[in-house]
Amino acid sequence: MYVAVKGGERAIENAHAWLAEERRGDTAVAELSIAQIREQLALAVNRVMAEGSLYDPDLAALAIKQARGDLIEAIFLIRAYRTTLPRFGATRPVATGEMACDRRISATFKDAPGGQVLGPTFDYTHRLLDFKLAAEGEVAKAPTAAPRNEPTPHITAFLRGEDIIQREPDSEATPGDLTRTPMSYPAGRDIRLQSLARGDEGFLLGLAYSTQRGYARNHAFVGELRIGTVAVEMEIPELGFTIEIGEVELTECETVNQFAGSKTEPPQFTRGYGLVFGQTERKAIAMALVDRALRWRELGEDDLGAAAQDEEFVLSHSDNIQATGFLEHIKLPHYVDFQSELELVRKLRREAEANVAKQNAGNEDAGKEASQ
Amino acid sequence: MSDYNFAYLDEQTKRMIRRAILKGLAVPGYQVPFASREMPMPYGWGTGGVQVSAATLTPEDTFKVIDQGSDDTTNAVSIRKFFEKTAGVAVTEETEKASVIQTRHRIPEAPLREDQILVYQVPIPEPLRFLEPRETETRKMHSLEEYGLMHVKLYEDISQHGAIATAYAYPVKVADRYVMDPSPIPKFDNPKLEMAAIQLFGAGREQRIYAVPPYTKVVSLDFEDYPFEATKADHACDLCAAEDSYLDEVILDDAGNRMFVCSDTDYCRTRREAGHVGRLGEEVAA
Repeated sequence: MYVAVKGGERAIENAHAWLAEERRGDTAVAELSIAQIREQLALAVNRVMAEGSLYDPDLAALAIKQARGDLIEAIFLIRAYRTTLPRFGATRPVATGEMACDRRISATFKDAPGGQVLGPTFDYTHRLLDFKLAAEGEVAKAPTAAPRNEPTPHITAFLRGEDIIQREPDSEATPGDLTRTPMSYPAGRDIRLQSLARGDEGFLLGLAYSTQRGYARNHAFVGELRIGTVAVEMEIPELGFTIEIGEVELTECETVNQFAGSKTEPPQFTRGYGLVFGQTERKAIAMALVDRALRWRELGEDDLGAAAQDEEFVLSHSDNIQATGFLEHIKLPHYVDFQSELELVRKLRREAEANVAKQNAGNEDAGKEASQ
Repeated sequence: MSDYNFAYLDEQTKRMIRRAILKGLAVPGYQVPFASREMPMPYGWGTGGVQVSAATLTPEDTFKVIDQGSDDTTNAVSIRKFFEKTAGVAVTEETEKASVIQTRHRIPEAPLREDQILVYQVPIPEPLRFLEPRETETRKMHSLEEYGLMHVKLYEDISQHGAIATAYAYPVKVADRYVMDPSPIPKFDNPKLEMAAIQLFGAGREQRIYAVPPYTKVVSLDFEDYPFEATKADHACDLCAAEDSYLDEVILDDAGNRMFVCSDTDYCRTRREAGHVGRLGEEVAA
């Protein structure tokens, strides 16, 4: 016999208790500390900071621990926390040209001022499982060199001298903020870049890859990829000058793409831009490719109907917190709507079957007449 | 809970949402963009409704939450608990006693009063979305009152199925101007959209708020020769014998036995307490 479903509240509480127990796992195994996650799962921490739009490695590590390693869930925790924080003001734009680089490579020049610095990269590792890591062991100390003091100028700055790459317009305008104003289209490049910087790495990777495979293809050279720390400065009105309030690690990617030009305008290289919190190289490159694809209109290119060119499509589907929430909401009860659809389909079927029966009867009559 | 402001959102955010609500009430059925916040529950799970409720609730309010008509579905429980914790407001399961009712997919059976507010959770606020996926296009269509596409869709339904094949989220025209998605309520509920209470619709992920003021004309789209019809299962409630309420179908066994019960659990309980007994009402009571 059907009993009205009661006890939702207790079911929820019990589910949460079970979840907490599962999160901890076997208690015979030592518990993970926040510091361990921050230090040893740094790339996961970086992704959570980037897509969570909050630069705080300890909070990101805590979120990863609480989310049992589900990074989208961790990003969600950070986003929900972030919205509750008061805003003191805005910093000055960070000067990535003055970045203290851990890594800096250019695919467009063999060498350039500042040099090619590989840094801590997976790039040339052979992807062989290292069973030594399964056992505990000391890591050999990496060799060190004296830190370089000379600046590492942007590669595109060299091209700009020759006017061979498109200039980006200078602007003192305050960029928009999609977390404070509702999205509207066309969004403008500032909002576009903000949205891409927060966007899902997997989604942007797929879109960027699609441009490489011919859906709005525009071959990109990695003009430069740099990872390192930059100073964050803020103008304090009471003081009347700018002070440094901290530093953040960033990944910046500038791509050099094929040129636009006409009979009157000499051809120039164009560019795409990616800037992401932390060491998040894949995301920064993907962001630069998608940014470049989205610039078709401003650069006078054709709309090829490719997904990566479609601003509304890209921006309204790149946020993994929105996407995952809406995707997973179909788990919620929908039985009221299903019931109304059930009745509708039953009614339509009854009518269709009646029509078929009528038609068959008609055919039989016609058949009889024909045979007579 | 002192860590958060009353009803979770900060006052600035609430002010922003209230402005959107007022604009929505001033232009019935028009979707007002608002800077939806990231809430501590997932998008698609009522974040729009929750933000509208948060901006609407006062400490004196009595709050009720239903999902599928029921106070005890998990997400309704979760949202009710959220406001108990963050706003400390009184909560109730009785439609009669509530001053603010947040709902997903249903309008209560009992008529609402002028001193009540009904807050809907909305997944996709744009009634034209499944005909035209682009927001840039649909906004244009609304501003030009260009709703031909919707009528063509309803017409195509009739030519293919012999009837309008929309059973829930059935489109309406509000105050002779805007075509509006009443949220995924069954079309049975559409006639109730003309009511004494204020109706507010919140779509968090899609960043839209819209409203239907009290006693506003709301017409379900149809054709003269295929008039709109509010339908429900052709049964009476097996618990309270109501013949005028929307029913859920419950599978009893694998021999094809079903029972039909009111989706509005408070309506059903009130009737049973008043002595109404349905076909299986005795058995359940026993």
